Amino acid sequence: MKSSRSYPYWFILPSGLIYLVLFLVPTVTAFWFSLTQWDLFETRFIGLENYSQFFQEPFLITGAVNTVVFGAVTSIAKSILGLLLAVLLTSGLLGQSFLRTLIFFPVLVSTVGIGIAFTEIMHPARGMINVGLSYLGIHGPAWLIDPHLALFSVALVDVWKGVGLATLIYIAGLATISSDYYEAARIDGATKLQMFFRITVPLVRPATVTVVTLSLISGLRSFDLIWAMTKGGPGFSSDVLASVIYKQYQAGFYGLSTAGNIILFVLVALIVVPLTYWFNRREVDL
Amino acid sequence: MKDLVKKLTVIAFAFSAVSAASAVELSILIDNNPDTVALTQALTLAYSKKHPDVKFEMELRPGGAEGDNIVKTRLATGEMADVFIYNSGSLLQALRPSRTLEPINDIANFSNILSSFTSTVSDKKGNVYAVPAQTAMGGGILYNKRLYKELGLKVPMTWKEFMANCAIIAAKSKAAPIAQTYRDSWTSQLIVLADYYNVQSEQPNFADDYTNNKAKFATTPSALRGFEKLQQVSEAGYFNDYYGAATYNDGLNMVATGKAAHYPMLTFAIPAININTPDQINDVGFFAQPGDDASKNGLTVWMPNAFYLPKEGDHKDIAKDFLSYVATVDACNTITNAIGANGPYLIKGCTLPDNVFPAVKDMLPYFQVEGRTAPALEFLSPIKGPMLEQLTVEVGSSIRTAKSAAELYDQDVEKQAKQLNLPNW
Repeated sequence: MKSSRSYPYWFILPSGLIYLVLFLVPTVTAFWFSLTQWDLFETRFIGLENYSQFFQEPFLITGAVNTVVFGAVTSIAKSILGLLLAVLLTSGLLGQSFLRTLIFFPVLVSTVGIGIAFTEIMHPARGMINVGLSYLGIHGPAWLIDPHLALFSVALVDVWKGVGLATLIYIAGLATISSDYYEAARIDGATKLQMFFRITVPLVRPATVTVVTLSLISGLRSFDLIWAMTKGGPGFSSDVLASVIYKQYQAGFYGLSTAGNIILFVLVALIVVPLTYWFNRREVDL
Repeated sequence: MKDLVKKLTVIAFAFSAVSAASAVELSILIDNNPDTVALTQALTLAYSKKHPDVKFEMELRPGGAEGDNIVKTRLATGEMADVFIYNSGSLLQALRPSRTLEPINDIANFSNILSSFTSTVSDKKGNVYAVPAQTAMGGGILYNKRLYKELGLKVPMTWKEFMANCAIIAAKSKAAPIAQTYRDSWTSQLIVLADYYNVQSEQPNFADDYTNNKAKFATTPSALRGFEKLQQVSEAGYFNDYYGAATYNDGLNMVATGKAAHYPMLTFAIPAININTPDQINDVGFFAQPGDDASKNGLTVWMPNAFYLPKEGDHKDIAKDFLSYVATVDACNTITNAIGANGPYLIKGCTLPDNVFPAVKDMLPYFQVEGRTAPALEFLSPIKGPMLEQLTVEVGSSIRTAKSAAELYDQDVEKQAKQLNLPNW
């Protein structure tokens, strides 16, 4: 029988070693450390105690709910805004390619830098947003200070930062739709709105799948922007799972925070795997 | 990458040292606080003057939890500098000192170090691990003396008097009675932590009982009081506008310029006030956070950061000789010249100059009477929960009640106690 391998062993050996040392070993040891009490100096096997401790964490529920809310809000907003912006930027505006570059800019800037900048921009008294609003006679909200608003303020910035990537994917998706459909619809007397909802939205589905999946994954494990802007605060009101885990790590509970990471990994997989499966099936149905 | 560069420089230095003479270079890892840098520079320079064959290489690290993890990682991997600066008290215990650090009981000037300090940097076997790098500090309330004078107020001896002062300030001046600065959330803990003198004056065994899982914040009225005080001043609306977005430096500026009358803080802030607003430094005074009984008024004291040696150091003898030098009157004076004195030294024979800042002067009387000071809880018990600063932000922002915060804090410290493997937990 002919071997199904296309490359000889010596060829795959280097990448195999890299995979073993940098991916396989750390993953297995992470599982081991999550079962121990670990202070970097010594480990003590304690079974599943870290997991039970993690589930007793008083702000775990807040963190889990916030994680899902943040992931859902940002991915929905990014896909809707991204599609609308993609339609705008493919409609033959003057300087279209310049405008396309512009919207991608925030994607390239460091997240922590954006976080620090927006902390100032959203300052309740001297921040640019509230100063601007005050000229219109509006008393702006305490964006990052109000415990009910803080998470959404961060989500807003995350959408601004990430929408460029979504737009880019949608622009590519729109380009694949044959102009024949629009022509036929025009002959049948369809309105622009009908064309958007009946042709563009269904046919751009592969792009939607990519945008939703990507932004949901990044939303569910998002940490850097939240940490730079609120550190999970005020109090615990904008804590997400990743920031709960990071705080445990900071406090020196290394075993506990490793267990938290494994739980986060399982949670993301539980949400994303069925979603991708569902999307892909729908695509076949179409 | 940075580490690689560091290592290469060390190697380069080592080569040049070999070619020059038999000079020794001690590496020294310190936090990046400007005071720490200045005092380390002054001390190492003074030591090198006496011992020209010893050179130092300073390495900076961030402070806070990030710095803690750097120190822990470097100790765990055996890559610690020859000497390093770290906290005393509960943070030190998390380094597993008896396993990772070198006892310094055998340095020549060991007997110069006051026992009030050595007790916070030792293990059960009596091994002492550090020499203090600075003066003791007080945790209490910085206040604006000018404002107090204008309104005819007196330093309060009880919490009731303090609240009365705040009411007068709110009614008769534009100043915020109390500055709070939750953008730097650690500053929110002060009212709870600086209340410990009052806790121990009512409950002398609290620290031991707390360590042994017998006493809790939520169920010990005097311990719960700190959380209640925070809730009380928050509900009274005594804080500055937008205190949720204000920073530590905002707080220092407010109390120095009189935009706020009080700022609960550690006295280590005094040099920073002098740097930010040198014209106002003489307007800033200090008093201990008052309790409920005027006859039991006293100050909660913080022990300073200190110099430690890792167990696997390359130049232990020289490093110990350097630490021995730090425990001398000469070293105290060097520190005073470099950064000023912010409280009493913990080395025998060290004195303060007459021209210390008023806020420091206000602090000294507490130390002159036996029983008017008590160490903060973190120097008496190895347990300090990491969540306290978020909980106090919640109480101060009226998101949570004092009682609920104390209950959650009791739950939080359990993790720390288990991590340290303490009995009875």
